[in-house]
Amino acid sequence: MSIKKVTQHPSQNEALIFERSQTGRIGYRLPKLDVEAANIDELIPAAFRRDDDLADVPEVSEVDVVRHFTRMSTWNYSIDLGLYPLGSCTMKYNSRLNEKVARISGFAGLHPLAPGEESQGALELIYRLQEALAEITGLPGVSLQPAAGAQGEMTGVMLIRAFLDERDGEASKERRVMLIPDSAHGTNPASAALAGFTVKTIRSTADGITDMDHLRELCSEGGVAGVMFTNPNTVGIFERNIKEICETVHNAGGLVYMDGANMNALVGVARPGDMGVDVIHLNLHKTFSTPHGGGGPGCGPCCCTAELAKYLPVPRIEKNSDGTFVLNNDAPATIGRVKAFYGNFGMMVRALSYIYTHGNDGLKEATEAAVLNARYLGHKLEGTFEKPFPSDGMHEAIFSHKNQAKNGVVTLDIAKRLIDYGFHPMTVYFPLVVEGAMLIEPTESVGRADLDAFAEAMIDIDREAREDPELVKNAPHSTRIGRLDEAAAARKPVLRWRPDMEAAGKSA
Amino acid sequence: MRYIPNSPEERGEMLKEIGLSSADELFRSIPEDIRLNRALNVTEPLAESEIIAAFEEMAARNTATVKPSFLGAGVYSHYSPTIVDHLIQRSEFFTSYTPYQPEISQGTLQYIFEFQTLVAQLTAMEVANASMYDGSTAMAEAYLMAQRVTRRDKVVVLDSVHPEYREVARTYTQHGDLEIVTAGFDPASGVGGDLAALDDKTAALVVQSPNFFGCVEDLTSLAAKAHEVGALLVVVVTEAISLGLLKAPGACDADIVVGEGQSWGIPASFGGPHVGFFATRDKFIRQMPGRLCGVAYDKNGNRGFTLTLSTREQHIRREKATSNICTNQGLIALAATIYMEAMGKKGLQEVAEQNAQKAAYAKKQIASIDGYSIPFSAPTFNEFVVRGPKPATEVLESVREAGVIGGLALSKYYSGRDNEFLVCVTETSSKANIDKLVAALL
Repeated sequence: MSIKKVTQHPSQNEALIFERSQTGRIGYRLPKLDVEAANIDELIPAAFRRDDDLADVPEVSEVDVVRHFTRMSTWNYSIDLGLYPLGSCTMKYNSRLNEKVARISGFAGLHPLAPGEESQGALELIYRLQEALAEITGLPGVSLQPAAGAQGEMTGVMLIRAFLDERDGEASKERRVMLIPDSAHGTNPASAALAGFTVKTIRSTADGITDMDHLRELCSEGGVAGVMFTNPNTVGIFERNIKEICETVHNAGGLVYMDGANMNALVGVARPGDMGVDVIHLNLHKTFSTPHGGGGPGCGPCCCTAELAKYLPVPRIEKNSDGTFVLNNDAPATIGRVKAFYGNFGMMVRALSYIYTHGNDGLKEATEAAVLNARYLGHKLEGTFEKPFPSDGMHEAIFSHKNQAKNGVVTLDIAKRLIDYGFHPMTVYFPLVVEGAMLIEPTESVGRADLDAFAEAMIDIDREAREDPELVKNAPHSTRIGRLDEAAAARKPVLRWRPDMEAAGKSA
Repeated sequence: MRYIPNSPEERGEMLKEIGLSSADELFRSIPEDIRLNRALNVTEPLAESEIIAAFEEMAARNTATVKPSFLGAGVYSHYSPTIVDHLIQRSEFFTSYTPYQPEISQGTLQYIFEFQTLVAQLTAMEVANASMYDGSTAMAEAYLMAQRVTRRDKVVVLDSVHPEYREVARTYTQHGDLEIVTAGFDPASGVGGDLAALDDKTAALVVQSPNFFGCVEDLTSLAAKAHEVGALLVVVVTEAISLGLLKAPGACDADIVVGEGQSWGIPASFGGPHVGFFATRDKFIRQMPGRLCGVAYDKNGNRGFTLTLSTREQHIRREKATSNICTNQGLIALAATIYMEAMGKKGLQEVAEQNAQKAAYAKKQIASIDGYSIPFSAPTFNEFVVRGPKPATEVLESVREAGVIGGLALSKYYSGRDNEFLVCVTETSSKANIDKLVAALL
């Protein structure tokens, strides 16, 4: 018999490291200093040296550190534990092979300023990944420098800005409107603002896709620099008018930016470059499985048309005719550098390993499996939860809490109750266009039995919402802490430990 | 495909259950004329052993990694205790997401809180965030925050700040209304500089310490000069190990301290992923970029941690957010946290002192070679500039022939300094290797 709800697993209490510290404990040993020590006052005058003896920095043994983090780790849910169906986040399996190859000392130990002829392997790896991403997106210009999706977006809209400034000269000033759908990620408008654009919002239709009439209307108002849209969009539906969207914006003199957060639905099936898109960012930590690591690091490559390539960040990684690889800083039209050195190289190693593991067939197979899993789950849940749009989704299924809200049970409650069933909740309250949104992205990395168990849990929660709403509203019941008072936390923020912290926090 | 649990047969059954007969039908909403009706032109699938062999072959061509190296300039070679890389590989840490559901993310939230605390302690600031992409973007964000806080539109930055950091800040600010004035450093001492541009329209004075040349700045006096005109002092730290020995920027009256945490046990990895940090004063909390983790209690009074003050952030505030950052460097911040805790108070002090001592030894040895001198008079931490008898690129090339990566020619970033190069010496540089460098210069 399978276990339906989670049972409490061993979960040790563990204080903050500062509360564990004991004067005199040591967790390290360095080799003895092998040069003759000079009088420190002669090297660095006392006025320039610390005089606080690193007050309150912890003193613990190595065993203390290992137990500290191991205990804390048991409080986390993770992909390795099970389905982690955060919509838009693409929580797929993080391969151990990728971890292994990123740690090869010839990669991990390489200094970014090492001579080019002594870094050829790293440069070749970057070049190979650029080539693979150009093929996957159908966009030949690639920079792997952006550190994460939001920085890839910023890079992308700055390419648009640079193109317009060059094409239109002074008149570019009159073209500063970026069109962004109401369903977009918040990073889109925030990135557009960094490129000096103001934002106009495009409405969505009742079908959950871009309202073409509204798009045309906004374009006819003039001043349009471009559009930033996500495809499949943030409700998981493919923008079937994509070619028309691109044409409309191009005819209005603007460029098309695509947020690649949802590329997991397209790899090997369709390419943004073939749709009319000018520039896209990818999230290697989504589509190409580099680990999310509790919030990062990411890697947000920017891929663009040949026309925009001259504006990409420097340095570029290029291949010489003799087969060697070189860092090229000579790019007068570049938007500049977006990050020190060349980006999150360790993530590039992992992503290339992912691509090689899948190969051409496997990449498409993963896309198909991801979409199938979402559709299957959507199918299982659509009788119980309100489906806000009639169209079939791609790699995500979206529902609202409308049916359950009649009993006072809202999305947050459903999410928290899922924890009691052993699942990480889906993305909640995003996108904003669906009230009480529940955005579910199972990814390809989950088997049918787990999908069935998740669907059963959701259906059970719906039943509980009718029969015993308080049970759901007070969930979770199985975790080491209950719902936190986040409003109080924000009113009087305690953002670091201090010896008197406990008292300060409780009085909040 | 071994990463996909459902077999082709199971997938066939699932398709049937949702009323489809082929995987192709899953994509009906994509118009035919934009489908890719061919195989991607990437490799055939490779086996683990083939991938390992191919990657090891590439890695082996990074020959710099097997030579003694004296490169620093923003990325430093420090010993990282074994437990750092071991603990970050627990799947509960590396395969989890941003802790948006605090009840099942307390492991992540508690280490973020510890990271924030440790950064605040080492910089002697009041508050720090959950991380930035790297030191360079943290500095760019500091420019923007100083502009918000002071409502002034000019930043004065010394040209002894890391040149790539300054390039990144320029990219970030090029479309705003912030003017950046680059002030020349004092060529005799290597620190301070011409602050004529610092006036009552200045939002911030930006300095790095130790600066790009390894020289320790007099932050207290620079803070006084900035504050005199109502500007903030932004201090950039690229070598975080220096915080174990040098007077903390917060103790010198800095208003914003940003930097790179790579030195806290993070591999060089050809420049990333590393971890930026961002610290400031309590009064500026609501103008900070990035995520913040704070204490919260449940209804039974149990203490926990949660992401907080998110009304500053893009997912709430959209184009009016304090930054566009979302994903940060979570797992690298974890590695840095483990490093700082394993080293502890004594270790952070000892490793800093060893860096200073070994670099001083190397500096003295090199300065005693005929034709070599130290052009800047200011005290240095673990890096220093050497002036040689001929172009540094030639000197370093001949050192490389002797099997040593001797440092960085300043001509990469600074014109008119052709004979100068930057040498970095850390606790990982053995006396034998320092002597090897010295011998190669002779």
